[in-house]
Amino acid sequence: MSKTSKSNVETPLVSRLNGSRRSFIKYGGATLAASGLLISGCEHLEQILPDKGMGKPEGHPRTVNLGRGDTGILNYAYALEQLEAAFYIEVVNMPYNGISDEEMVIMEDLRKHEVAHRDFLKAALGDKAIISLTFDFSTVDFSNRHSVLSTAKTFEDLGVAAYNGAGRLFESADLLLIAGKIVSVEGRHAAAIRSVLDEDSRSFAGSDVIDGNGLDRAFKPGKVLEAASPFILNKINANQLPKS
Amino acid sequence: MQINYQNLKTEEAIMNIFKLLKNYDVKPEGIENFISRRDAFEKLVGLGKKAAFAAIPLSLAGVAANNKASAQSATSEDLADVLNFALTLEYLEAEFYTMGLDTNGLIPAGKDHSIIELIKFHEVHHVDLLKIVIDSLGATPVSKPDFDFTAGGAFNPFGDYQQFLALAQAFEDTGVRAYKGQAGNLISNGDLLTAALQIHSVEARHASEVRRLRGLKGWILQDQRGEGMPAQTQAVYNGEDNVVQGGVDVTTVSLVGADGVTESFDEPLNKNEVLTIAGLFIV
Repeated sequence: MSKTSKSNVETPLVSRLNGSRRSFIKYGGATLAASGLLISGCEHLEQILPDKGMGKPEGHPRTVNLGRGDTGILNYAYALEQLEAAFYIEVVNMPYNGISDEEMVIMEDLRKHEVAHRDFLKAALGDKAIISLTFDFSTVDFSNRHSVLSTAKTFEDLGVAAYNGAGRLFESADLLLIAGKIVSVEGRHAAAIRSVLDEDSRSFAGSDVIDGNGLDRAFKPGKVLEAASPFILNKINANQLPKS
Repeated sequence: MQINYQNLKTEEAIMNIFKLLKNYDVKPEGIENFISRRDAFEKLVGLGKKAAFAAIPLSLAGVAANNKASAQSATSEDLADVLNFALTLEYLEAEFYTMGLDTNGLIPAGKDHSIIELIKFHEVHHVDLLKIVIDSLGATPVSKPDFDFTAGGAFNPFGDYQQFLALAQAFEDTGVRAYKGQAGNLISNGDLLTAALQIHSVEARHASEVRRLRGLKGWILQDQRGEGMPAQTQAVYNGEDNVVQGGVDVTTVSLVGADGVTESFDEPLNKNEVLTIAGLFIV
């Protein structure tokens, strides 16, 4: 099993949440409980409470429509940040065998950052936000270092390519800037994960992701969602997103 | 729209972000190419030798033609100004790493050397790419300034590897903030914006790696420049402690705490702020 001595590294954040496997659901709930401001200032609780569909009602999570325009792009980002946050919450809850101190700190930091991105986007979207998605990490062996770090690498590189590709879809320069503030942090993550995972010391910006002009990848939403779809049980409808 | 971030309740903040969204709702789709795709293509073809080592992305070949023209559309001159500003920074980085690698015994063989070599490779290619794209806009790339990486004797980066790494960190973290600050100025041209973002995230990867090589985390905590960084580099980190994004104080909607929030969002610098930092090293 993945129980290591690292369980004592739990931050106050985690201990407030209890360590159940599905605690990323509760994590969402705890976030709401802590943000009294938001709740007291909002008449429509159903807008901010975690979606009831989270627990797979009738075994089939709801289809999610991202919407149109800048709202659609923010929802697209929100879906990806939900995915990353849920993943790192799982990783920190049950650290893989033989995790080093350095790696544990990185995993905890990445969890924090992705949760901050997720919570911010949810708040920014308000009642336009999509529901909390349901994830399937059954292809990840959370006790295995390589499995976890390879998945992290995939997610971080994908996040970078997603934001890079989505920038041109924004109408609002203010929202473009906010996306820019997030994507560079994803880039920092990608480099760190690659540098702890890969033998090649050039992997942090390896030629598998950076082309001969020194450019990182930029993917359209369709390509990103296809890559993310094995991990997301909800069907995501991105048809209304801006095309260019 | 002016937002008073200090006294803003979250609900208001959310409404504000939607006002921002609304303000940008209408964006007429005119077609106003400043130079034709054929012109741009011919210019690129004319630079065959330079461009041969790596194919220029197709989207950039048609950079002017694909302009998402609108009432707010920037002129090719405006766009070239932004790119020339970026070019100045890339010159600085490229020359810095080139000089470092040319200094015998400065950069330890093995891991460090291969990391710095790759970063230099990217910066040199950013220089080449920006020059070509500026050309294709019908503008003239600025020439390389003369650099003094000792900043008038304050630093000794080519005699002291730790100082070399410290300045590398400052340059990369500045580069990230500089590109971020210019993204909005490229919004009328999707291809240029995308290319700039593709450089931006490479700078972020570099920054993370150099920081980690120095024993720091890859991300920026509050507005801290980090251990071992000279006080003169503080301007690179000022303002990174912001926790309010789009009118939302993120500490009120997330449990991660102020430190975590500041790490989660990198902040931009405007052109003047960047040139003040870079100016230390320009003769």
